[in-house]
Amino acid sequence: MLPIRAEGVSYAVGGAAILDGVSLTIAPGAPMLILGPNGAGKSVLLRLLHGLLRPEAGRITPAAAIRGAMVFQRPVLLRRSVLANLRYPMALAGVPRAERARRAEAALAEVGLSTLASRPARRLSGGEQQRLALARAAALEPQVLFLDEPCASLDPAATRAVEEIIRRIAARGTKIVMTTHDLGQARRLAGEVVFLHRGRVVEAASAERFFAGPASAEGAAFLQGELLW
Amino acid sequence: MQDLGSAFMAAIALVRDGDAGMLAILGLSLRVSLAALGIAAVVGLPLGALLAVARFPGRRVVVVSLNALMGLPPVVAGLLVYLLLSRSGPLGHWGLLFTPGAMVIAQAVLITPILAALSRGVLEALWEEYAEALRSFGAGPWRAVPTLLWDGRFALLTVLLAGFGRASAEVGAVILVGGNIEGFTRTMTTAIALETSKGDLPLALALGLVLMVIVLGVNALAQVLRDVALRRAG
Repeated sequence: MLPIRAEGVSYAVGGAAILDGVSLTIAPGAPMLILGPNGAGKSVLLRLLHGLLRPEAGRITPAAAIRGAMVFQRPVLLRRSVLANLRYPMALAGVPRAERARRAEAALAEVGLSTLASRPARRLSGGEQQRLALARAAALEPQVLFLDEPCASLDPAATRAVEEIIRRIAARGTKIVMTTHDLGQARRLAGEVVFLHRGRVVEAASAERFFAGPASAEGAAFLQGELLW
Repeated sequence: MQDLGSAFMAAIALVRDGDAGMLAILGLSLRVSLAALGIAAVVGLPLGALLAVARFPGRRVVVVSLNALMGLPPVVAGLLVYLLLSRSGPLGHWGLLFTPGAMVIAQAVLITPILAALSRGVLEALWEEYAEALRSFGAGPWRAVPTLLWDGRFALLTVLLAGFGRASAEVGAVILVGGNIEGFTRTMTTAIALETSKGDLPLALALGLVLMVIVLGVNALAQVLRDVALRRAG
């Protein structure tokens, strides 16, 4: 699956350009954080890269229907038990039954939900739901995992727990591609940064370089908290 | 008023004495309506789920037609089935006219659009919520149908009850294709119609009361089952 290459990708909704000629390469390595103010096109870019949306111009390779796995800002949990939620996508992906059980158990242990396996998934707390969504995606053992603001509606403790899980998934060799509006979180997790502004990639750099001093005026303004949209 | 009072007493007497004739009629009513519900569920629920997820030209026309068919008069459904099953009709050789089988078919025809239209509405809301995640898992619309039917099971129970209520309460279809033959195709509703036309209003009312209590009981039972299951499954 990797590297995933986007070349000159554009996307518009109702005539309004959301993304305009975006090019980037997702290669194995440390997490890629996609940063930018509200409305920069971060979520749309993730959906294009994952394969939920088709670019109107440009192309994304490899040309699979769906690339990797994805966790959404508001977790979409099935009206089933925690365990059934974990097994559902694995069954769709053709993971053998015994292997499904093994992975589900390991994933539950990793996110600290082992004791809740038989609970209805939608009765979990917000933080638990997001951890389950992460475990469900990680159990697919994807090469690349897209995360769309996974901590947007979580409190600090739940956010820390989710970040710890993300780190562990990344350490196993899964490429993380993630959006966030939380600069502290970006500093904690990012290996590389793609800075998006008004539908264009303004900067793509290592996290170290970007946070030490962005090359672009927009990037600098964003880090100062002055670039709001 | 006096009629109501004596009807009430007659209803109690019917139930207390376990009147064999009434029990047979009641049993047939329930068997016919439940069989019709089973057939309509097997056809109507997947159809509703498919309509919820599929996008094709003319979909709106299908949805509107289905919604309109919810108001299909029972007597018209009965007439259609009558024409199909009558000796000179295309399915005349089945020899089903004026049998309980014909009544099952007529009620199934009547309530299949109801189940399909109502489940379409319920499952479309669920699909809106699930669509992106299911596509992310690689599930296309076809694969989504069984998922939606299972995950929408509690809401669909209410849909089934609506269908059962309509089937067990109608008289026009079963009287046309069943013929109201005593001991063979007489149901609660056709018996009520008959007793009313004979002028035995207390007996007609008593049968009506029994029918309403049965329907109420079925609904209450389903509601309890739903609540228990919902508490356990979320």
